[in-house]
Amino acid sequence: MSKSLSFFRSTPVLPGFSISFGLSTLYVSLVILLPISALFIYVSGMSWSQYWFAITDARVVQSYKVTIAGAFYSTLIVSAIGFLLAWIITRYDFPGRRIIDSLVDLPFALPTSVAGITLSALFIPSGWLGRWFEVLGIKISYAFPGIVVAMIFTSLPFIVRSVQPVLEDMEAELEEAAMMLGATKWQSFWRVVLPTVLPALITGSSQAFIRSLGEFGAVIMIAGNIPYKTEVTSLMLFVRMQEYNYQAAAAIASVVLLASLVLLFLLQIVESRILKRG
Amino acid sequence: MAKAIKRPRQLHQWLLIGLGIVLTTLLLVLPLILIFTQAFSGGLQLLWANLNEDFMLSAIRLTLLTTVLTVPINLAFGILLAWCVTRYDFVGRRLLVTFVEIPYATSPVVAGFCYLVVYGVEGIVGKYFYAQDIQLMFAWPGIIMVTVFVTAPYIARILMPLMEKQGTEEEIAALSLGAGGWKIFWHVTLPNIKWALLYGTVITNARAVGEFGAVAVVSGTIMNQTLTLPLLVEQLNNDYKTAAAFTAAALLACMALLTLVLKTTMEWRQQRREDAADVNAA
Repeated sequence: MSKSLSFFRSTPVLPGFSISFGLSTLYVSLVILLPISALFIYVSGMSWSQYWFAITDARVVQSYKVTIAGAFYSTLIVSAIGFLLAWIITRYDFPGRRIIDSLVDLPFALPTSVAGITLSALFIPSGWLGRWFEVLGIKISYAFPGIVVAMIFTSLPFIVRSVQPVLEDMEAELEEAAMMLGATKWQSFWRVVLPTVLPALITGSSQAFIRSLGEFGAVIMIAGNIPYKTEVTSLMLFVRMQEYNYQAAAAIASVVLLASLVLLFLLQIVESRILKRG
Repeated sequence: MAKAIKRPRQLHQWLLIGLGIVLTTLLLVLPLILIFTQAFSGGLQLLWANLNEDFMLSAIRLTLLTTVLTVPINLAFGILLAWCVTRYDFVGRRLLVTFVEIPYATSPVVAGFCYLVVYGVEGIVGKYFYAQDIQLMFAWPGIIMVTVFVTAPYIARILMPLMEKQGTEEEIAALSLGAGGWKIFWHVTLPNIKWALLYGTVITNARAVGEFGAVAVVSGTIMNQTLTLPLLVEQLNNDYKTAAAFTAAALLACMALLTLVLKTTMEWRQQRREDAADVNAA
């Protein structure tokens, strides 16, 4: 089977190819590809000016800015927090280590609407945490920082679970060798640990960023949803839909979908490059 | 290989641990405490009354129906896909894997909207169903369809790296001994992946129960009919029925905690299995 044009890159030995391939492609086509392409077909029925008008509406453009800014800040903060948690879980033996390790997945298991009302109640000015920020004059719930807090919460597991296995596999000898060769703690961290973990951290952060761009449930319940100020793009899409303005909704949906698909493919390419190099 | 994990000795190590514990408490523990405090704030009687409200019972039923239908569908698909991409190498293999990632990267609201475009009243497929008087969107079938979409990648994602790593040697050995496809799967593959499979089921269940954005788009939010528990939380909160909202939230939080316990147990079992396999191989 050395012909380069053959469908199989290696001869299938185990039985079951046709059934598993047939059913998986059918499922992927029906459940995933059909609805996604239907959106683009629907949008292609609009004229350019209609489409342009829908996606450059001032309120919508403002929502892009809010969403991207929220996702950006939250990704920065959650990367630091996630790295710290992954580090202490994999490096130190201390009481409560296993509990933290398990709890990290809470944002993943907890429905986003529950996260939303809970964080919102925590950070209102009379809330358990909000009152401390109130003293400092910072408003979190029903303001932009609330969006960042909600995104931090929902994306925490992605960072920890990306970085953790790499830190676990990293041999302590590597750091010890660096130290024995005279490197200080900081040098060994910056020169040895960080370069090794960086690819996983980038993967985790990108996943967190992509998820934050599309986050809906947790964000809308804490953001206050003030037009031009704290509306995220997925909410704009929802608003247009409830106004029965399906064309505008479809146009906005196509922008969001395109952005996330482009980011997804970029991430896949970067990942496969890094994997090849490693 | 020396174990990297050790008892902290120096001050800066304790400081890092302290900071980690504080952050975990603020970000993860406090929200949990708040949910249960709020749910119990009106006393046990109110909690019980809220749990027995029609809207609560109807939301619980719909949520259970959704997960009971979604999980088996994605279980079957996840196994088939993982088998297909890890047991054969063919043109387009990577593309298939990337396609499965799409729901993972898609905003749930966008996903719900895409389904509306296809299966709504004026949708490409939906209009034929409406002609037969079958309503898909703004009804329970739509809720299940989008939940299937949103949770499609999880089991496949968990199984693929594991089955890749385990390789095909055992299965080929079984084949050469004359076992058929089903027999190989039941007796060779399944025992090797059983904990990962259960783990995937638990994760898929948690996401199916908790999906909000996509379901919000296609549900039509009809009280007592198309509200799942996560939607009910939002609806009650909007109506300023805080205690009832947190009662529904507490139910979902219990599910999340159970998920964490099961997940931890299963990861541990799968890890032990792999360690044993590594020792045998060495």
